[in-house]
Amino acid sequence: MATPLLQVEHLEKSYGDVHILHDIDLTIDTGSVTVLLGPSGSGKSTLIRCLNGLEDFQSGQLVFSGQPVVPSPKVWQQLRQKIGMVFQSYDLFPNLTVLDNILLGPLKVQHRAKAEATAQAIKLLKEVGLAEYQDAYPRQLSGGQKQRIAIVRALALNPEFMLFDEVTASLDPEMVRGVLEVLRNLAQQKMTMLVVTHEMNFAREIADQVVFLENGRILEQTPGQQFFTNPQTERAQIFLNSMDF
Amino acid sequence: MAHSGINVLFAGQNFSRLLGGLWISAKISIVALVIGILLGVLLGALRTVKNPLLRTILRLYLEFFRIVPTVVLLFLFYYILPKNFNVNLNAQAVAMLVFALWVAAEMSDIVRGALISVPQHQKEAGLAIGLNGPQLYRYVLLPQAVGLMIPATINLMTRVIKTTSLLLLISVMDVVNIGQQIIEANRQQYPDGAFWIYGLIFILYFLLCYPLSAWARRLEQRQNNNA
Repeated sequence: MATPLLQVEHLEKSYGDVHILHDIDLTIDTGSVTVLLGPSGSGKSTLIRCLNGLEDFQSGQLVFSGQPVVPSPKVWQQLRQKIGMVFQSYDLFPNLTVLDNILLGPLKVQHRAKAEATAQAIKLLKEVGLAEYQDAYPRQLSGGQKQRIAIVRALALNPEFMLFDEVTASLDPEMVRGVLEVLRNLAQQKMTMLVVTHEMNFAREIADQVVFLENGRILEQTPGQQFFTNPQTERAQIFLNSMDF
Repeated sequence: MAHSGINVLFAGQNFSRLLGGLWISAKISIVALVIGILLGVLLGALRTVKNPLLRTILRLYLEFFRIVPTVVLLFLFYYILPKNFNVNLNAQAVAMLVFALWVAAEMSDIVRGALISVPQHQKEAGLAIGLNGPQLYRYVLLPQAVGLMIPATINLMTRVIKTTSLLLLISVMDVVNIGQQIIEANRQQYPDGAFWIYGLIFILYFLLCYPLSAWARRLEQRQNNNA
Protein backbone atom coordinates (compact mmCIF):
# COMPACT_ATOMS: atom_id res chain seq x y z
CA MET A 1 0.00 0.00 0.00
CA ALA A 2 1.27 3.46 -0.85
CA THR A 3 2.34 5.73 2.00
CA PRO A 4 -0.38 8.29 2.76
CA LEU A 5 0.67 11.86 1.99
CA LEU A 6 -0.28 13.01 5.46
CA GLN A 7 -1.04 11.24 8.68
CA VAL A 8 -2.25 13.03 11.77
CA GLU A 9 -1.84 10.99 14.92
CA HIS A 10 -3.42 11.78 18.29
CA LEU A 11 -3.23 15.53 17.79
CA GLU A 12 -4.28 17.61 20.82
CA LYS A 13 -4.62 21.37 20.80
CA SER A 14 -5.71 23.81 23.46
CA TYR A 15 -5.59 27.53 24.05
CA GLY A 16 -4.84 27.82 27.74
CA ASP A 17 -7.56 25.82 29.48
CA VAL A 18 -9.78 25.60 26.44
CA HIS A 19 -9.39 22.29 24.68
CA ILE A 20 -9.92 22.86 20.96
CA LEU A 21 -8.94 19.57 19.32
CA HIS A 22 -9.16 16.15 20.94
CA ASP A 23 -7.19 13.13 19.79
CA ILE A 24 -7.36 13.86 16.07
CA ASP A 25 -6.45 10.92 13.83
CA LEU A 26 -6.60 11.56 10.14
CA THR A 27 -5.14 9.95 7.05
CA ILE A 28 -4.95 11.71 3.72
CA ASP A 29 -3.97 9.70 0.66
CA THR A 30 -2.00 11.13 -2.23
CA GLY A 31 -4.29 12.47 -4.93
CA SER A 32 -7.41 12.41 -2.77
CA VAL A 33 -9.83 15.16 -1.87
CA THR A 34 -10.80 15.33 1.79
CA VAL A 35 -13.64 17.62 2.80
CA LEU A 36 -13.71 18.75 6.39
CA LEU A 37 -17.23 19.48 7.60
CA GLY A 38 -18.69 20.53 10.90
CA PRO A 39 -20.65 23.26 12.63
CA SER A 40 -18.92 26.59 13.22
CA GLY A 41 -16.69 26.51 16.25
CA SER A 42 -16.03 22.80 15.82
CA GLY A 43 -12.31 23.38 15.26
CA LYS A 44 -12.12 22.97 11.46
CA SER A 45 -10.03 26.07 10.88
CA THR A 46 -7.79 25.33 13.84
CA LEU A 47 -7.15 21.83 12.54
CA ILE A 48 -6.34 22.96 9.02
CA ARG A 49 -4.03 25.66 10.41
CA CYS A 50 -2.19 23.08 12.51
CA LEU A 51 -1.37 21.24 9.28
CA ASN A 52 0.87 23.99 7.98
CA GLY A 53 2.24 25.27 11.24
CA LEU A 54 0.18 28.44 11.64
CA GLU A 55 -1.00 26.94 14.93
CA ASP A 56 1.11 24.87 17.25
CA PHE A 57 -0.28 21.89 19.11
CA GLN A 58 0.39 20.36 22.49
CA SER A 59 0.81 16.72 21.60
CA GLY A 60 0.41 14.27 18.79
CA GLN A 61 2.32 13.89 15.57
CA LEU A 62 2.15 14.79 11.91
CA VAL A 63 3.74 12.50 9.35
CA PHE A 64 4.17 14.04 5.90
CA SER A 65 5.24 11.73 3.05
CA GLY A 66 6.32 9.17 5.62
CA GLN A 67 8.54 11.69 7.45
CA PRO A 68 7.56 12.71 10.99
CA VAL A 69 7.32 16.49 11.25
CA VAL A 70 9.45 17.90 14.07
CA PRO A 71 7.83 21.29 14.56
CA SER A 72 10.22 24.25 14.36
CA PRO A 73 10.08 27.49 12.40
CA LYS A 74 12.74 26.20 10.01
CA VAL A 75 10.99 22.88 9.36
CA TRP A 76 7.65 24.58 8.78
CA GLN A 77 9.22 27.15 6.49
CA GLN A 78 10.51 24.30 4.29
CA LEU A 79 7.31 22.31 4.52
CA ARG A 80 5.05 25.21 3.61
CA GLN A 81 6.54 25.13 0.11
CA LYS A 82 4.98 21.68 -0.23
CA ILE A 83 1.75 22.48 1.64
CA GLY A 84 -0.05 25.40 0.04
CA MET A 85 -2.78 27.22 1.91
CA VAL A 86 -5.58 29.52 0.77
CA PHE A 87 -7.54 31.60 3.27
CA GLN A 88 -11.08 32.85 3.50
CA SER A 89 -9.97 36.47 3.24
CA TYR A 90 -7.65 35.91 0.20
CA ASP A 91 -4.88 37.99 1.80
CA LEU A 92 -3.12 39.05 -1.35
CA PHE A 93 -0.31 41.49 -0.63
CA PRO A 94 -1.80 44.91 -1.47
CA ASN A 95 1.63 46.45 -2.08
CA LEU A 96 2.42 44.05 -4.95
CA THR A 97 0.94 43.49 -8.39
CA VAL A 98 -0.82 40.23 -9.17
CA LEU A 99 2.27 38.83 -10.87
CA ASP A 100 4.58 39.90 -8.04
CA ASN A 101 2.21 38.36 -5.50
CA ILE A 102 2.51 35.07 -7.36
CA LEU A 103 6.26 35.29 -7.96
CA LEU A 104 7.29 36.23 -4.42
CA GLY A 105 7.46 32.62 -3.22
CA PRO A 106 9.03 31.06 -6.32
CA LEU A 107 11.71 33.76 -6.58
CA LYS A 108 12.55 34.61 -2.97
CA VAL A 109 11.80 31.32 -1.21
CA GLN A 110 12.61 28.78 -3.89
CA HIS A 111 15.20 30.90 -5.74
CA ARG A 112 13.96 29.79 -9.12
CA ALA A 113 14.86 31.46 -12.40
CA LYS A 114 12.69 34.45 -13.12
CA ALA A 115 11.86 33.49 -16.70
CA GLU A 116 10.75 29.98 -15.77
CA ALA A 117 8.73 31.12 -12.73
CA THR A 118 7.07 33.89 -14.74
CA ALA A 119 6.14 31.51 -17.53
CA GLN A 120 4.55 29.16 -15.01
CA ALA A 121 2.73 32.03 -13.27
CA ILE A 122 1.25 33.22 -16.55
CA LYS A 123 0.22 29.68 -17.47
CA LEU A 124 -1.55 29.30 -14.11
CA LEU A 125 -3.20 32.72 -14.50
CA LYS A 126 -4.52 31.63 -17.89
CA GLU A 127 -5.96 28.49 -16.35
CA VAL A 128 -8.01 30.55 -13.91
CA GLY A 129 -8.96 33.02 -16.64
CA LEU A 130 -7.09 36.02 -15.27
CA ALA A 131 -4.07 36.34 -17.53
CA GLU A 132 -4.90 39.95 -18.44
CA TYR A 133 -4.73 41.03 -14.78
CA GLN A 134 -1.07 40.24 -14.17
CA ASP A 135 -0.11 43.90 -13.73
CA ALA A 136 -3.18 44.89 -11.72
CA TYR A 137 -3.07 45.56 -8.00
CA PRO A 138 -5.31 43.52 -5.67
CA ARG A 139 -7.51 46.55 -4.87
CA GLN A 140 -8.57 46.64 -8.53
CA LEU A 141 -9.96 43.09 -8.42
CA SER A 142 -13.23 41.58 -7.24
CA GLY A 143 -13.32 39.10 -4.37
CA GLY A 144 -13.65 36.12 -6.68
CA GLN A 145 -10.74 37.29 -8.78
CA LYS A 146 -8.61 37.85 -5.69
CA GLN A 147 -9.37 34.39 -4.44
CA ARG A 148 -8.42 32.77 -7.75
CA ILE A 149 -5.15 34.75 -7.67
CA ALA A 150 -4.57 33.58 -4.11
CA ILE A 151 -4.97 29.98 -5.28
CA VAL A 152 -2.50 30.59 -8.11
CA ARG A 153 -0.07 32.15 -5.62
CA ALA A 154 -0.14 28.95 -3.57
CA LEU A 155 0.09 26.70 -6.65
CA ALA A 156 3.09 28.59 -8.00
CA LEU A 157 5.27 26.89 -5.39
CA ASN A 158 4.37 23.49 -6.92
CA PRO A 159 2.90 22.14 -3.67
CA GLU A 160 2.07 18.50 -3.11
CA PHE A 161 -0.85 19.27 -0.83
CA MET A 162 -3.31 22.14 -0.77
CA LEU A 163 -5.34 23.41 2.18
CA PHE A 164 -8.46 25.45 1.48
CA ASP A 165 -9.97 27.18 4.50
CA GLU A 166 -13.51 28.30 3.62
CA VAL A 167 -12.26 29.91 0.44
CA THR A 168 -15.73 30.82 -0.82
CA ALA A 169 -17.22 31.93 2.51
CA SER A 170 -16.75 35.67 1.96
CA LEU A 171 -17.66 35.71 -1.72
CA ASP A 172 -20.84 36.85 -3.39
CA PRO A 173 -22.81 33.88 -4.72
CA GLU A 174 -22.02 34.63 -8.35
CA MET A 175 -18.29 34.69 -7.52
CA VAL A 176 -18.38 31.33 -5.79
CA ARG A 177 -18.78 29.31 -8.96
CA GLY A 178 -15.56 30.50 -10.58
CA VAL A 179 -13.54 29.63 -7.48
CA LEU A 180 -15.16 26.20 -7.09
CA GLU A 181 -14.41 25.55 -10.75
CA VAL A 182 -10.71 26.09 -10.02
CA LEU A 183 -10.88 23.62 -7.14
CA ARG A 184 -12.71 21.11 -9.32
CA ASN A 185 -9.99 21.33 -11.97
CA LEU A 186 -7.32 20.81 -9.33
CA ALA A 187 -9.12 17.71 -8.09
CA GLN A 188 -9.23 16.37 -11.65
CA GLN A 189 -5.47 16.94 -11.91
CA LYS A 190 -5.16 14.71 -8.83
CA MET A 191 -3.93 17.42 -6.48
CA THR A 192 -4.17 16.22 -2.88
CA MET A 193 -6.52 18.62 -1.13
CA LEU A 194 -8.09 19.26 2.22
CA VAL A 195 -11.11 21.51 1.87
CA VAL A 196 -13.07 23.22 4.62
CA THR A 197 -16.33 24.40 3.11
CA HIS A 198 -20.00 25.05 3.71
CA GLU A 199 -20.87 24.49 0.05
CA MET A 200 -22.53 21.12 0.62
CA ASN A 201 -23.36 20.31 -2.98
CA PHE A 202 -19.81 21.00 -3.95
CA ALA A 203 -18.54 18.92 -1.04
CA ARG A 204 -20.69 16.01 -2.08
CA GLU A 205 -19.49 16.23 -5.66
CA ILE A 206 -15.80 16.53 -4.95
CA ALA A 207 -15.13 14.57 -1.75
CA ASP A 208 -13.26 11.28 -1.82
CA GLN A 209 -13.61 11.25 1.93
CA VAL A 210 -15.49 13.37 4.42
CA VAL A 211 -14.22 14.17 7.89
CA PHE A 212 -16.94 15.35 10.24
CA LEU A 213 -15.73 17.38 13.17
CA GLU A 214 -17.72 18.47 16.18
CA ASN A 215 -16.51 20.05 19.41
CA GLY A 216 -12.95 19.31 18.40
CA ARG A 217 -13.46 15.59 17.85
CA ILE A 218 -13.63 13.67 14.62
CA LEU A 219 -17.00 11.92 14.72
CA GLU A 220 -16.79 10.44 11.26
CA GLN A 221 -14.18 9.79 8.64
CA THR A 222 -15.97 8.09 5.78
CA PRO A 223 -15.93 7.90 1.97
CA GLY A 224 -17.64 10.91 0.44
CA GLN A 225 -20.83 9.39 -0.94
CA GLN A 226 -21.47 7.31 2.12
CA PHE A 227 -21.37 10.35 4.38
CA PHE A 228 -24.08 12.12 2.45
CA THR A 229 -26.35 9.14 1.87
CA ASN A 230 -25.80 7.16 5.01
CA PRO A 231 -24.05 9.07 7.82
CA GLN A 232 -22.90 6.90 10.71
CA THR A 233 -23.70 9.20 13.58
CA GLU A 234 -26.82 10.97 14.63
CA ARG A 235 -24.87 14.22 14.98
CA ALA A 236 -23.84 14.07 11.34
CA GLN A 237 -27.43 13.34 10.35
CA ILE A 238 -28.63 16.40 12.26
CA PHE A 239 -25.87 18.49 10.72
CA LEU A 240 -26.79 17.37 7.20
CA ASN A 241 -30.45 18.08 7.82
CA SER A 242 -29.65 21.54 9.10
CA MET A 243 -27.72 22.43 5.95
CA ASP A 244 -29.97 23.70 3.24
CA PHE A 245 -28.96 21.94 0.03
CA MET B 1 18.40 104.87 6.95
CA ALA B 2 22.16 104.69 7.33
CA HIS B 3 21.75 103.05 10.72
CA SER B 4 18.65 101.02 10.08
CA GLY B 5 18.88 97.84 12.17
CA ILE B 6 18.34 95.54 9.21
CA ASN B 7 21.83 96.34 7.96
CA VAL B 8 23.25 94.24 10.78
CA LEU B 9 22.32 91.25 8.67
CA PHE B 10 24.48 92.32 5.79
CA ALA B 11 27.40 93.99 7.58
CA GLY B 12 30.70 92.23 6.96
CA GLN B 13 30.36 88.43 6.77
CA ASN B 14 27.27 88.32 8.95
CA PHE B 15 24.83 86.91 6.46
CA SER B 16 27.08 84.20 5.13
CA ARG B 17 28.09 83.30 8.70
CA LEU B 18 24.43 82.85 9.60
CA LEU B 19 23.86 80.68 6.55
CA GLY B 20 26.96 78.70 7.51
CA GLY B 21 25.44 78.16 10.94
CA LEU B 22 22.21 77.06 9.37
CA TRP B 23 24.16 74.57 7.26
CA ILE B 24 25.71 73.12 10.45
CA SER B 25 22.22 72.69 11.92
CA ALA B 26 20.96 71.12 8.71
CA LYS B 27 23.99 68.85 8.40
CA ILE B 28 23.62 67.56 11.95
CA SER B 29 19.90 67.01 11.39
CA ILE B 30 20.41 65.15 8.13
CA VAL B 31 23.14 62.85 9.45
CA ALA B 32 21.16 62.16 12.63
CA LEU B 33 17.97 61.49 10.68
CA VAL B 34 19.56 59.16 8.14
CA ILE B 35 21.36 57.08 10.76
CA GLY B 36 18.51 57.31 13.26
CA ILE B 37 15.79 56.31 10.83
CA LEU B 38 17.72 53.30 9.53
CA LEU B 39 18.54 52.17 13.06
CA GLY B 40 14.99 52.93 14.17
CA VAL B 41 13.47 50.74 11.44
CA LEU B 42 15.65 47.85 12.60
CA LEU B 43 14.85 48.42 16.28
CA GLY B 44 11.15 48.89 15.51
CA ALA B 45 11.06 45.59 13.61
CA LEU B 46 12.85 43.86 16.49
CA ARG B 47 10.30 45.26 18.93
CA THR B 48 7.59 43.26 17.17
CA VAL B 49 9.51 39.98 17.60
CA LYS B 50 8.21 37.67 20.33
CA ASN B 51 11.28 37.78 22.57
CA PRO B 52 10.48 39.23 26.01
CA LEU B 53 14.08 40.08 26.90
CA LEU B 54 14.79 41.85 23.62
CA ARG B 55 11.51 43.73 23.82
CA THR B 56 12.19 44.88 27.37
CA ILE B 57 15.67 46.12 26.50
CA LEU B 58 14.41 48.04 23.48
CA ARG B 59 11.51 49.42 25.48
CA LEU B 60 13.90 50.69 28.13
CA TYR B 61 16.05 52.25 25.41
CA LEU B 62 13.01 54.07 24.01
CA GLU B 63 11.83 55.28 27.41
CA PHE B 64 15.31 56.51 28.35
CA PHE B 65 15.59 58.69 25.27
CA ARG B 66 12.01 59.82 25.53
CA ILE B 67 12.05 60.73 29.23
CA VAL B 68 15.45 62.34 29.57
CA PRO B 69 15.39 65.91 28.18
CA THR B 70 17.51 66.39 25.07
CA VAL B 71 19.65 69.00 26.79
CA VAL B 72 20.52 66.54 29.53
CA LEU B 73 21.38 63.90 26.95
CA LEU B 74 23.66 66.34 25.18
CA PHE B 75 25.42 67.24 28.43
CA LEU B 76 25.71 63.59 29.42
CA PHE B 77 27.41 62.65 26.17
CA TYR B 78 29.41 65.87 25.88
CA TYR B 79 30.94 65.70 29.36
CA ILE B 80 30.81 62.04 30.32
CA LEU B 81 32.12 60.40 27.17
CA PRO B 82 35.52 62.15 27.27
CA LYS B 83 35.90 62.06 31.04
CA ASN B 84 34.76 58.55 31.93
CA PHE B 85 35.18 56.66 28.67
CA ASN B 86 38.10 58.52 27.14
CA VAL B 87 36.18 59.08 23.93
CA ASN B 88 36.90 62.56 22.59
CA LEU B 89 34.36 63.59 20.04
CA ASN B 90 33.97 67.16 18.85
CA ALA B 91 30.72 68.92 19.66
CA GLN B 92 29.20 68.30 16.24
CA ALA B 93 29.89 64.58 16.42
CA VAL B 94 28.36 64.42 19.90
CA ALA B 95 25.32 66.24 18.56
CA MET B 96 24.95 63.81 15.66
CA LEU B 97 25.38 60.83 17.97
CA VAL B 98 22.83 62.00 20.54
CA PHE B 99 20.32 63.05 17.92
CA ALA B 100 20.75 59.82 15.96
CA LEU B 101 20.15 57.73 19.10
CA TRP B 102 17.14 59.87 19.97
CA VAL B 103 15.71 59.60 16.45
CA ALA B 104 16.28 55.83 16.51
CA ALA B 105 14.31 55.57 19.74
CA GLU B 106 11.38 57.66 18.51
CA MET B 107 11.49 55.99 15.12
CA SER B 108 11.39 52.52 16.66
CA ASP B 109 8.06 53.40 18.24
CA ILE B 110 6.66 54.75 14.96
CA VAL B 111 7.81 51.65 13.07
CA ARG B 112 6.50 49.28 15.71
CA GLY B 113 3.10 50.98 15.71
CA ALA B 114 2.89 50.80 11.92
CA LEU B 115 4.00 47.16 11.81
CA ILE B 116 1.48 45.94 14.36
CA SER B 117 -1.30 47.67 12.47
CA VAL B 118 -0.60 45.55 9.38
CA PRO B 119 -3.30 42.83 9.60
CA GLN B 120 -2.25 39.51 11.12
CA HIS B 121 -3.65 37.81 8.00
CA GLN B 122 -0.94 39.38 5.89
CA LYS B 123 1.68 37.82 8.10
CA GLU B 124 0.06 34.40 7.83
CA ALA B 125 -0.29 34.71 4.07
CA GLY B 126 3.43 35.47 3.90
CA LEU B 127 4.32 32.52 6.12
CA ALA B 128 2.06 30.26 4.07
CA ILE B 129 4.15 30.81 0.94
CA GLY B 130 7.27 29.87 2.85
CA LEU B 131 8.78 33.27 3.61
CA ASN B 132 11.17 33.29 6.57
CA GLY B 133 11.11 36.01 9.22
CA PRO B 134 13.38 38.59 7.57
CA GLN B 135 11.73 38.04 4.17
CA LEU B 136 8.32 38.54 5.73
CA TYR B 137 9.41 41.94 7.04
CA ARG B 138 11.27 42.90 3.87
CA TYR B 139 8.60 42.04 1.29
CA VAL B 140 5.27 42.08 3.13
CA LEU B 141 5.15 43.92 6.44
CA LEU B 142 7.53 46.87 6.05
CA PRO B 143 6.30 47.96 2.59
CA GLN B 144 2.76 48.05 3.95
CA ALA B 145 3.85 49.85 7.12
CA VAL B 146 5.76 52.61 5.28
CA GLY B 147 2.61 54.48 4.26
CA LEU B 148 1.45 54.47 7.86
CA MET B 149 4.70 55.81 9.26
CA ILE B 150 5.50 58.61 6.82
CA PRO B 151 3.48 61.45 8.43
CA ALA B 152 4.83 60.72 11.92
CA THR B 153 8.35 60.43 10.51
CA ILE B 154 8.14 63.84 8.86
CA ASN B 155 6.92 65.35 12.12
CA LEU B 156 9.92 63.78 13.80
CA MET B 157 12.17 65.44 11.19
CA THR B 158 10.82 68.89 11.99
CA ARG B 159 11.26 68.24 15.71
CA VAL B 160 14.89 67.29 15.12
CA ILE B 161 15.55 70.39 13.05
CA LYS B 162 13.99 72.64 15.68
CA THR B 163 15.86 70.95 18.49
CA THR B 164 19.21 71.78 16.89
CA SER B 165 18.67 75.21 18.46
CA LEU B 166 19.76 73.59 21.74
CA LEU B 167 23.16 72.75 20.34
CA LEU B 168 24.65 76.11 21.33
CA LEU B 169 24.65 74.70 24.85
CA ILE B 170 27.44 72.33 23.90
CA SER B 171 29.17 75.04 21.84
CA VAL B 172 28.20 73.85 18.39
CA MET B 173 28.45 76.79 16.01
CA ASP B 174 24.86 76.46 14.88
CA VAL B 175 22.74 79.29 13.52
CA VAL B 176 21.53 80.41 16.96
CA ASN B 177 25.01 80.46 18.44
CA ILE B 178 26.39 82.49 15.54
CA GLY B 179 23.40 84.83 15.74
CA GLN B 180 24.16 85.51 19.40
CA GLN B 181 27.81 86.22 18.60
CA ILE B 182 26.78 88.69 15.91
CA ILE B 183 24.36 90.40 18.28
CA GLU B 184 27.06 90.72 20.95
CA ALA B 185 29.68 91.99 18.53
CA ASN B 186 27.37 94.64 17.07
CA ARG B 187 25.73 95.80 20.28
CA GLN B 188 27.24 99.28 19.98
CA GLN B 189 26.49 99.86 16.34
CA TYR B 190 23.14 98.05 16.11
CA PRO B 191 21.41 98.14 19.50
CA ASP B 192 18.30 96.48 18.07
CA GLY B 193 20.30 93.82 16.21
CA ALA B 194 18.65 91.04 18.25
CA PHE B 195 15.31 91.76 16.61
CA TRP B 196 16.71 91.40 13.11
CA ILE B 197 18.99 88.47 13.78
CA TYR B 198 16.39 86.41 15.63
CA GLY B 199 13.84 87.49 13.02
CA LEU B 200 16.04 86.07 10.29
CA ILE B 201 16.64 82.89 12.28
CA PHE B 202 12.90 82.54 12.67
CA ILE B 203 12.48 82.80 8.91
CA LEU B 204 15.31 80.35 8.22
CA TYR B 205 13.86 77.71 10.55
CA PHE B 206 10.46 78.33 9.07
CA LEU B 207 11.82 77.77 5.57
CA LEU B 208 13.36 74.47 6.66
CA CYS B 209 10.39 73.12 8.61
CA TYR B 210 7.29 74.47 6.92
CA PRO B 211 7.65 72.49 3.68
CA LEU B 212 8.10 69.32 5.73
CA SER B 213 5.09 69.96 7.88
CA ALA B 214 2.97 70.87 4.83
CA TRP B 215 4.10 67.64 3.17
CA ALA B 216 3.15 65.64 6.25
CA ARG B 217 -0.27 67.25 6.33
CA ARG B 218 -0.87 66.44 2.69
CA LEU B 219 0.13 62.82 3.11
CA GLU B 220 -2.10 62.51 6.14
CA GLN B 221 -5.03 63.93 4.22
CA ARG B 222 -4.41 61.59 1.33
CA GLN B 223 -4.34 58.66 3.73
CA ASN B 224 -7.61 59.72 5.34
CA ASN B 225 -9.17 59.95 1.89
CA ASN B 226 -7.99 56.45 1.04
CA ALA B 227 -9.20 54.95 4.27
